[in-house]
Amino acid sequence: MTDPLLAVSGLTKRYSRSGKIIAAVDDVSFHIEPGETLALAGPSGSGKSTIARLVLRLIEADTGRIEFEGSDFLSLNGAALRGRRARLQMVFQDPLAALNPRATVARVLDDPLRIHHIASGPERPRRIAALLERVGLSSGLAGRAIHEISGGQRQRVAIARAIATKPSLVVLDEAVSALDVSVRAQILQLLLDLQREERIAYLFISHDLGVVRAIAHRVTILEAGRIAESGDARSVIDAPQSVIGKALVAAAPRLSRIERDVS
Amino acid sequence: MTALASIRNLTVTYRRDGAEVAALKNVGFDITAGERFAIIGESGSGKSTLALAIAGLLPATARIEGRIDWLLRPPPMFDAKAPPSVLPDISPSEGEIGSSAAGSFPPASVIGEGRDESAISPLEGEMSGRTEGGATGRQPASLRDHAPIGGRDIGFIFQDPSASLDPVMPIGKQIAEVAYTHLGLSWRDAYAKAKTLLERVRLPDPDAALCAFPHQLSGGQKQRVAIAAAIAAGPKLLIADEATSALDTIVQAEIVGLIRRLVAEDGMTLLFISHDIALAAELAERIAVFRHGELLELGSTAQIVNAPRHAYTRVLLDAHLGLDAEPLLRT
Amino acid sequence: MSPLRRFLRTPEAIAGAVFLAALFAVALAAPLFFPGDPQAIAGPALLPPFQDWSLPLGTDRLGRDVLAELFHGARTSLAVGLAAAAAALAVGAVIGTLAGFAGGLVDEVLMRITDAFQTVPAFLLALAFVSIVGPSLGVVVVAIALGAWTGPARVARAEVLSIRERDFVAGARVIGMHPLEIAFREVLPNALPPVMALSSVIVAAAILTEAALSFLGLGDPNRVTWGGMIAEGRAVLRTAPFLSIIPGVALVLTVLGVYLAGEGVVETTAMRRSLS
Repeated sequence: MTDPLLAVSGLTKRYSRSGKIIAAVDDVSFHIEPGETLALAGPSGSGKSTIARLVLRLIEADTGRIEFEGSDFLSLNGAALRGRRARLQMVFQDPLAALNPRATVARVLDDPLRIHHIASGPERPRRIAALLERVGLSSGLAGRAIHEISGGQRQRVAIARAIATKPSLVVLDEAVSALDVSVRAQILQLLLDLQREERIAYLFISHDLGVVRAIAHRVTILEAGRIAESGDARSVIDAPQSVIGKALVAAAPRLSRIERDVS
Repeated sequence: MTALASIRNLTVTYRRDGAEVAALKNVGFDITAGERFAIIGESGSGKSTLALAIAGLLPATARIEGRIDWLLRPPPMFDAKAPPSVLPDISPSEGEIGSSAAGSFPPASVIGEGRDESAISPLEGEMSGRTEGGATGRQPASLRDHAPIGGRDIGFIFQDPSASLDPVMPIGKQIAEVAYTHLGLSWRDAYAKAKTLLERVRLPDPDAALCAFPHQLSGGQKQRVAIAAAIAAGPKLLIADEATSALDTIVQAEIVGLIRRLVAEDGMTLLFISHDIALAAELAERIAVFRHGELLELGSTAQIVNAPRHAYTRVLLDAHLGLDAEPLLRT
Repeated sequence: MSPLRRFLRTPEAIAGAVFLAALFAVALAAPLFFPGDPQAIAGPALLPPFQDWSLPLGTDRLGRDVLAELFHGARTSLAVGLAAAAAALAVGAVIGTLAGFAGGLVDEVLMRITDAFQTVPAFLLALAFVSIVGPSLGVVVVAIALGAWTGPARVARAEVLSIRERDFVAGARVIGMHPLEIAFREVLPNALPPVMALSSVIVAAAILTEAALSFLGLGDPNRVTWGGMIAEGRAVLRTAPFLSIIPGVALVLTVLGVYLAGEGVVETTAMRRSLS
C-alpha cells in the first residue's frame, strides 16, 4: 500500500446560526488511496457537501489537517494554491449552474488549459477536441453555448473540464443526482472508464446508496457532521451497523419488493 | 370501477421563439376513482405538462387539443365560495368542454385552459427534476378561481415547497385559507381545520407550526405543509408532481409513506408523477410510461416491472440502481 | 417572440426610438447641413422663426442661425450625455464588482467612498469640479460622471453579492482562475443587465446636467450647447421667447426619447429573462 493520496484528519467546521454554534463538520477523518473511490453518504444536513468544499478550499476549515499528494494542502495560498488545484478537481451537481451561463463549450475547456499552461494558444483547439472526444462528445460541440446543449452533455463537458488538468483526485458532489436515469448510467460508466484508464481517485458525494454501491470502493456514512460508520461499500450497505446506515438502506426504493406475479 | 377522469386525444403545444413544441402528443387514458396512478418519464417526457393539464394549470400560451372528461361525486353540501354552477362558465377558446353524465352523479366537466399569467415552460431544462416548483403560484393550486375544480377537487403538490408556499404568510393561514375559500368555513373553523391537518401530516408541535413561516421549517417539513394545504379542501384527486425529488432518501421515504396513508384515509385518487420508476412502483397500482410527450406503455405495476412491453421501459428498469443491483464497479 | 419584435410592439418604445434616431441623424448631419461655424453671424439679429426660409428658426441676439445652433447643440448634448453615462456605468460597474467580490476591508473602503460621493448633491459636485478645473468638453464629462457612478456601483455590488455564491464561481476557483479574472470575466458580465437598466436614467440625467452647467456658463465656451442657448435667450425672454423655448423643447424631447427607448429595452429584456 502506498501513501494515501488524500489524508484528512480532525476536520471541523462550525457555523453560528442565530447565536448558536453548530458544527457542520465535526472531527471528521478519512483517507483516499490513488485510483480509489470513497463515497460520502448521508441525509441532507449531514455535512457531506461541506466536507467537499473544505477539501477543495472553497471554504476554510476551523481545525484539522488535509494532506494531499504528501504535502500540507491547508498551508498553501495564492498562486501556490491555484497551481496545486490542477491536481484536485470537482464536478458539481447541476452543470448549468456550475458553468458560466454565457460561456461556450470551447471556453469552458480552454480556461483550465490556459491557466495551467497545459497547451499553447494555437494548440488548444486540438486539445479541446480531444477532451470532448475523451468524454464521449463530438468535437463539433465546441462552438455551442452551454445553455444550448442537453443536461447529460453539459455534465460530460463538466467532467472534461475537470480532467483537463490531469488531476489525481476529482470530487463529485452529487454529480449524477440531477440527471435522467438513462443518462446517469452512461455518466457513471464514463467515470469508471476514466478512473480505470487514468487512475483518478474520486471523492463521491451522494445521498443515494444505490449509486454509491454501484461505483464506490469504500463508503463513509455521515450524520450531523460526524462519521457514523465506514467500510467496504458493499459490506456496509448490505449490512449497515449504524442507525443512520440502517435508515438510509431501509428508505431506498427497491424494485425487488414488487411482487413477482403478473396479473 | 368507475373512471374519475378520462383523457382523450390530449395534445399540448407550447410556442417558443416562433416554433411550436409539442409537449404532449395525442395522449389518452383513464384514471380510475380511488387508485394510485403513477406517471413516469425523464425530462422532456411531458409528464409535468400532463399534471398541469389535468389540474387546469397550463399557462395561457399553451395550446390544448383533445378532452378531459370528469366524473365527480357531488361536492360536499357546504356553502362553498365557488358553487359548481359558476364553475363551467370558463369557456376555453380552444379545446372542447367535455362532459359526461352517468348514474346519479351530476357531471362536472373541465378541460384545462388555465389562465395563468406566469409563464411556465415544462420543457425547459434537461434535468429530470424540474427546478421550479411549477411556477404557478404561491398558493398550492388551490385559490385559483379560474381553474374550475382546482384546489377543491384537485390538490396539487409541487416539487419545490419553498416555491409553492408564500414566504411571508404564516403556514397556518396558508392552509386555513384553502379551507376558508373552498369549504366555506369561518376563519376560526378554518384555523382549527389547519391545526388538525398539521397533526395529520405529522408536523411536530402543530400549535407552534400554525404561526411559523416557511423559512423556519426544513425541506421535508415544508413539503408536509404543502401536502396539508393540498388536501385541506378534501380533494378527490391528489396530484404529486415530483413531490419528493428535492428531498433526501430518508425524507423521501417518509413523504411517500405520508402520501400513501393520507390517500388511503381520505379515499383520494393519487396521480404520482416521478422520474424514479422504483419509487413509483413502490407507491402506485398502475404505471404509465411517457417519453417525448407520448404514452408508451400503461399497465399494472407488477406487469410494468416484471414484464415490460416497451424497450424503453426496460431501459428505465435497467438504469435503476437499487441496493440489489449488480455493481458497475468490478474489483 | 424575438426581443426586437416585442420592442416593436410597444408604442412608447417606438416613439422614443424614432425620436432618438432622428436626433442622432441630426447630430451626425449637422456639419453637412451647416458646414460653417454655427456661432458665425448669419443674418439680422432677433429674426423670429418662419419669416425667412433661409433661416427657418430665426436668429438670436447676435444674428446667429438658431437652426444651425440647434443642430450643432444636439451633437454636444448627445456626446456629453453618452460619454458621461458610459464613464459612470463603467466606473460604477468596476467599483461595485470589486467591492462585492472582494468583500471585507476592500468592500468597506469602496462603499464608504461611494457613500461620500452620494451624500454630496451630484450637481454641486459637477459645479465645483468644473469651476476648479475650468470648462472644456472633457472636464464636463468627468464632472457629470463624478456624480453619476454611485448608482451603478451599488446595483453592481448587490448583483455581484448574489452571483459570487453561485456554483460557476466556485467552479472557476476550483480550476485555479485568478480572483481578478473571476471578478471581471466570470462575475461582471453576469451582473451587467440590471446595471445597464440604469443607463437610460443616467444618460437623461447627464444631458440635463450638461444643459444646466452650460446654462450657468460652465459649458465648453467653444461649442454650441442647448443650455447655453437657453441662457442666451434669457436676456430677451419677453421680446423673443422662441430663443429659449426652441432649445428647451429640444431638450425635453431628447430626455423623453431616451427614457422611452430605454424603458422599452429594459422591459423587453426583462420579459425575455422571465421567460427563460
